[in-house]
Amino acid sequence: MASITLDNVGKVYPGGTRAVGGVSIDIADGEFIVLVGPSGCGKSTLLRMIAGLESISEGTVRIGDRAVNDIEPADRDIAMVFQNYALYPHMSVRQNLAYGLKNRRTPKAEIDRRVAEAAEILQIGPFLDRKPRALSGGQRQRVAMGRAIVREPAAFLFDEPLSNLDAKLRVTMRLEIKELQRRLRTTSIYVTHDQLEAMTLADRLVVLNGGRIEQIGTPLEVYRKPASTFVAGFIGSPAMNLIPARAVPQLPGSAHAGIIGIRPEDLTIAPDGPIAMDVLAVEELGAQRLVHGQTGGERLTVTMPSDAPLSDSLRLAFRPGSLHLFQAEGGRRIE
Amino acid sequence: MIENRPGLNLLAHLTLMLGVAIVALPVWVALVASTHTATDFMSGTIPIWPGPHLVENYARMLDAGVSTSGTPPVGTMMLNSLVMALLIACGKIAISITSAFAIVYFRFPLRNLAFWCIFITMMLPVEVRIVPTFQVVADLGLLNSYAGLSIPLIASATATFLFRQVFLTIPDELTEAARIDGAGPLKFFRDILLPLSRTNIAALFVILFIYGWNQYLWPLLITTSSDYYTIVAGIKRMADAVDGLPQWHLVMATAMLAMLPPVAVVIGMQRLFVKGLVETEK
Repeated sequence: MASITLDNVGKVYPGGTRAVGGVSIDIADGEFIVLVGPSGCGKSTLLRMIAGLESISEGTVRIGDRAVNDIEPADRDIAMVFQNYALYPHMSVRQNLAYGLKNRRTPKAEIDRRVAEAAEILQIGPFLDRKPRALSGGQRQRVAMGRAIVREPAAFLFDEPLSNLDAKLRVTMRLEIKELQRRLRTTSIYVTHDQLEAMTLADRLVVLNGGRIEQIGTPLEVYRKPASTFVAGFIGSPAMNLIPARAVPQLPGSAHAGIIGIRPEDLTIAPDGPIAMDVLAVEELGAQRLVHGQTGGERLTVTMPSDAPLSDSLRLAFRPGSLHLFQAEGGRRIE
Repeated sequence: MIENRPGLNLLAHLTLMLGVAIVALPVWVALVASTHTATDFMSGTIPIWPGPHLVENYARMLDAGVSTSGTPPVGTMMLNSLVMALLIACGKIAISITSAFAIVYFRFPLRNLAFWCIFITMMLPVEVRIVPTFQVVADLGLLNSYAGLSIPLIASATATFLFRQVFLTIPDELTEAARIDGAGPLKFFRDILLPLSRTNIAALFVILFIYGWNQYLWPLLITTSSDYYTIVAGIKRMADAVDGLPQWHLVMATAMLAMLPPVAVVIGMQRLFVKGLVETEK
């Protein structure tokens, strides 16, 4: 159990490509942090620097009160869960779990106790003597997590652990990871590109873009007050409508903002609403429908109940206080 | 392509039978020849059916050999061949797997140069460098020794290259997981790489054992004492009988015996061998 501090951490590859720059985060003991961003935003690189699999070119990483920049991954007291599970294919599940402990010269009895405990927590007891290839994807992922748990590390690092699972299993495993982390209270850093996974798991989200932090906050803070148009467009599904202010001069704030953001769920049909929309396409989701249209030449998406009346052109009103204003240059939020 | 036409099946089987006949006929001739006496060859034709002297011929070869051609009993030559083939196969595997490990997993200066040097030696087989190699071995006093028979043949670019390809298919994440699990380089090599390349090692062992067993030119050059004759070179010496006809029945019996160990290795390791050649999943 430990806090993790990143102080101005950066990664520059030999050849000069910068992958990560100026990242500072204070992660409290027991906190579940999710690093989220599109492909190539540097989130995995950042995680691998914390793990010690990539060298740290700038800044300091501290685990507990120890700077770990020059410490081998094995000695950083962390455990990592990989996207493709990375189980040793020639070892049984039991040997997979025990391997790290054996290398640390943990007494046999202690290894057996921890393996039994992890197997109990993850319900992989019946598979302990099987080889990984005889397991399903979900079971393999459990074993991979078991390998992390038995180490009883200061922190868990997850590198997109659910990406290889099918959609349904992903939802179940997501919940299991959340419950597991609640129970063990181990500091966790989780990398994903899936904003839904990020929202549901995180105590705090770190949204990354182009190797830099766009915003750090609780899922609700990030959702309610996105710090930039990038965050606004990335967090939330369907994505927030970002409309140049000149296309909707009738909206409040459009005079001094460059871009106005409205979440699809904050728009409602109202005969005297300020926004006129021409409907282009409708997506039925069952409980609700997504209506895509155009206003003032700009695309607009609206979420509405599936029984709402539809016509070729609609008038829309927005929920009071739900407009987000952003600067035209750089897209930062205007309060 | 899966077709199911009787005509094609027949054609396929005929082709296979022809192939088997081409491979098996010389073996059959050797086997038949080894069951006759020397006089049966005088007429100039080789008998096509087995004769009654099988036990007698083989017993003579195993027991005493052909003293007129200066070769020791077959048993000694078989043992020499076995030692040489095992030393070459095991040595090649040990050296090439460790050099592939170095080339794939360590970043050291001139790493690529080292790899290319190894790779280029593939273009220099024993026959090309045989004179300088003989000079070196002779200067080191290794003529007529097991070391002299095996060491010059023990480095293998092909095997190094093969292991390099095997290691490259092992996912990086596995290496990283092992690093986090506290496995140092040697432990990683022993606990992860060796077990994962088990089938490849087996396949390579079969190929290299046969390569070593069939060595002909090199043993012929560097062994002058009959104590170190290998069986393949020995057959040649027997067939070269001076002032007399070659004892074909005995030569063929020796050839049959010489075929047995490679066959045993192939049959014994068949399952692993095939797995090693076709298995791609890690």
